[in-house]
Amino acid sequence: MSSQLVQFLFSGLTVGAMYALAALGYALIYNASHLVNFAQGEFIMLGAMVASVMVEARLPLPVAIAAGIAAATATGVLMERLAIRPARGAPHITLLIITLGVALVIRGAVQVVLGKGNHGLPPFSGEAPVHFAGATLSSQSLWVFGVTIAIVLLLAWYFGRTRSGKAMLATSHNALAARLVGIDTQWVLMGSFAMSGALGAIGGVLVAPITFTSYDAGVVLGVKGFAAAALGGLGSGPGAIVGGLLLGVLEALTAGYLSAAYKDVVAYLAILLVFIFLPRGLFGGQRTDRV
Amino acid sequence: MNSSLIRIAAVSAGLMLSLAAPVPAAAQAAPPIRIGAVLSTTGPVGFIGDPQLKVLELYVKRINEQGGLIGRKLELVAYDDQSDPNNANTFAKRLIDSDKVDMMIGGTISPTALAMAPHAERAGLPYISTGGSAALVEPVKKWVFKTPPTDRLVAERILQDMKDKGIARIGLLSETSGFGQSGRKEVQGSAQKYGITVAADESYGAKDTDVTPQLTKIRSTPGLQAVLVFSGAGPAPAMALRNYTQLGMKLPVWMPHAAVNQELIKLAGSAAEGARMPTAAFVVVDALPDSDSSKAVGKAFYQTYKDVYKTDASPFGANTYDALMIAVDAIKRAGSTDKAKVRDAIEHTQGLIGLNGTFRMSADDHNGLKMDSLRMVEVRDGRFTVGK
Amino acid sequence: MNRSRSRAGVAILAAVLLVFPLLGPGAYAYDLVIRISMSAVVVIGLNLLFGYTGQISLGHAAFYGLGAYASAILTTHFAWPALAAMAAGAAATGLLALAVSRPILKLSGHHLAMGTLALGLIASTVFNNETRWTGGSDGMPVPPLAMFGAELAGEFAWYVLTSLLLLVVVVAALNLVDSPAGRALQAIRGSETAARVAGIETARFKSRVFVLSAVLASVMGSLAAHYVAFITPGAAGLARSVEFLMMVVFGGMASVFGSIVGAAFVTLLPQFLHAFESWETLVLGLILTAAMIFMPGGIVPTLRGALARRRKEAAR
Repeated sequence: MSSQLVQFLFSGLTVGAMYALAALGYALIYNASHLVNFAQGEFIMLGAMVASVMVEARLPLPVAIAAGIAAATATGVLMERLAIRPARGAPHITLLIITLGVALVIRGAVQVVLGKGNHGLPPFSGEAPVHFAGATLSSQSLWVFGVTIAIVLLLAWYFGRTRSGKAMLATSHNALAARLVGIDTQWVLMGSFAMSGALGAIGGVLVAPITFTSYDAGVVLGVKGFAAAALGGLGSGPGAIVGGLLLGVLEALTAGYLSAAYKDVVAYLAILLVFIFLPRGLFGGQRTDRV
Repeated sequence: MNSSLIRIAAVSAGLMLSLAAPVPAAAQAAPPIRIGAVLSTTGPVGFIGDPQLKVLELYVKRINEQGGLIGRKLELVAYDDQSDPNNANTFAKRLIDSDKVDMMIGGTISPTALAMAPHAERAGLPYISTGGSAALVEPVKKWVFKTPPTDRLVAERILQDMKDKGIARIGLLSETSGFGQSGRKEVQGSAQKYGITVAADESYGAKDTDVTPQLTKIRSTPGLQAVLVFSGAGPAPAMALRNYTQLGMKLPVWMPHAAVNQELIKLAGSAAEGARMPTAAFVVVDALPDSDSSKAVGKAFYQTYKDVYKTDASPFGANTYDALMIAVDAIKRAGSTDKAKVRDAIEHTQGLIGLNGTFRMSADDHNGLKMDSLRMVEVRDGRFTVGK
Repeated sequence: MNRSRSRAGVAILAAVLLVFPLLGPGAYAYDLVIRISMSAVVVIGLNLLFGYTGQISLGHAAFYGLGAYASAILTTHFAWPALAAMAAGAAATGLLALAVSRPILKLSGHHLAMGTLALGLIASTVFNNETRWTGGSDGMPVPPLAMFGAELAGEFAWYVLTSLLLLVVVVAALNLVDSPAGRALQAIRGSETAARVAGIETARFKSRVFVLSAVLASVMGSLAAHYVAFITPGAAGLARSVEFLMMVVFGGMASVFGSIVGAAFVTLLPQFLHAFESWETLVLGLILTAAMIFMPGGIVPTLRGALARRRKEAAR
């Protein structure tokens, strides 16, 4: 039943692209600061929620999307300024809990201001499904793929060719050295939070037509995004993409061929197995420590 | 040397003291009738519990404005369990031991409702629950009653409707939540009675973002005539319907009563057209003939809710409305708040027209609803209309 | 922590626990204190793993849930006596922890967090899906705790049990920390490589602490199941794991008494925040974030540090 397999793969890749975008957000911030930002899922949710509420208020879709991205970017910057910067030098786990606290703040704020209901966005180019190789895809999935690829290319260009991008990379390799050559690592950190916010919001807006959103939609995405990022090797951009897609496809194949109820279990078992043989994730590489 | 530890101990002692401060005991003469409620007004099912609480507050106030009950005022003591059965359990204890309520209502979802039941049984307190699981009243527990139709009733109503339409082979997609699992069990158990075979049996999680794999498997099962998506409330059923249309599946779709809410139509859009679900009469009150016994109660409910809260009442509020009305009716008949007398009175509820239907309770039936309380509705032109 | 301090701390704890019932608390107050004590024991174990050896566990509730479900299933479906079920649960949990500890503890930092998170999520999914045994997402009722022929019923009896348990665990933990083994643990936290160079078998130690904290969590899970008389998959879920972690970080890492304070704080806070209704999540998040920014080491170490500074200034 190869058309069934194609269908499963398409579903998996669509969901996987979602996870990949979330994972990229994790990778960005981890690169700049070795911090895992557990509020990443909330950035995704925020972008989607703000955009859908605007659409429900009869604003045109492009305006709503821009508003969503702006909201999440601003939140990222605020988070860095108000919650992360004051706590520089705190033990790592404290910073982690701070990100959890901020996640609660964002979730709580959305709950109060925008309510507890579920919201969606209209599909960007209509509802008609696309047929391909015996399987169907929603047209929105094509948007998800397309924009994800565009973002990956954009980020590759940014980190490879622009000064600020290279500054970010330099900071991730060695913050002290970067500062010594004149890179403002504070700006790098703030920039990475802003970018993560924007990236999250783009992801949220892209998938809201498919999966809908609500004030607590960020929890699952946060976990899956982290899982994908860790699978790929934290801090690795390509790893995040591969991790996300792999996770999505694994889930879909398990749901299709084994048991839908256990698709999460299989995915997480697979992650554990990868960790046993590659403790730093797929693209994590070997680590050398100063003793 | 040890001052820091002493400090800490003092803080913790202070904390404990603040807890131990005795709660003022209720006055002894002509005290208000205390009705305790534990609902999930926040958390994943906050959108169900919130309207439930609003309904209770509204009608308790109204009853008091109209003179109260058996010469006493009603007092509502409500807690939010945040969709967590552990909290529901704690609050049930608090209601019984600290607040000394005369009866309990609540349990927005089955786990929270089930968590409260043992305390009602132990303390000998009438408890009218608003959870859907049949386990609340099967086997019958002395002090526990429930207002929503059981999942079995819902399943059978759907199967009956399918049979009426000549369906004999179906695919089943159920949610892994308690409600979905319970529904699946009931459908599997009763299908044969209606001459229906469940040829495909898939499940999905309430938080899943895609069910095309499961639907693909259902689609490739031969000879299906219909699909039953036993979903809870939330975004998942809307998503399932969209995936369904995306895959080009055209078989008729049935869903349970939990899917009857505006959000489904808002999110699923045109994908919801033609779906059929059972529901309580009051949900489609405008389409009911005037001779229908439920029409008056339903209309009054909607009007009152709208007057006070300025929005349309959500169907979920019906469960607490019915629970409160049953309680009020029973206390009136018992003439007191004596727990055993009230319990007996509840058990003898006959022909009370609630929003969920007409309640006829007995010693072996602590729910009191029959199939006639559920009407079939169909989504047509983006609205729920009475199905033919 | 030096010996006399520890002794004083234990004495104060015992005094507080003794005095509490004399204040005439209601069942509700007892309930909160009992839950705090049970969480505190889990957190002390988690703190040993985490605060002292620096191993992040984001899935600890899985062990808690395993104990809870073992007790629930064995007593309900197989009519085992409660203590035997608890022991079986603890043994199974210990074995599982042992089996996964070696590969998992080789991971570092965030990959370890992900590994333990994966474990926790696998556990709660299994509990959720095996409806026949676990009652699925609706949960299942648990019979009361029966020991030596008598049923443990009533808030006071449970209070005595959990208070005694807490005292025992506190004393044991303090002794452990102060022993050569404890110093080995602290060395590992300081620098694992250095510890290995100094001759400490780090893998063995980490593994042992992991198993110990898992078993503690399992036993408390069993007790909690009997106490609440009901168990749901949420008991093993992510939210619960994060809650335990918060208790560690809030109260103070590497501090036994900090564990108790953290447990008390995180358990009591939602009760007080109830008044905020739908603002509760927001306010909780704000309090948590602010607390961590201003008290990065946790409440107890920060207080201790502040007092030490004041003493130093007074001495000048």
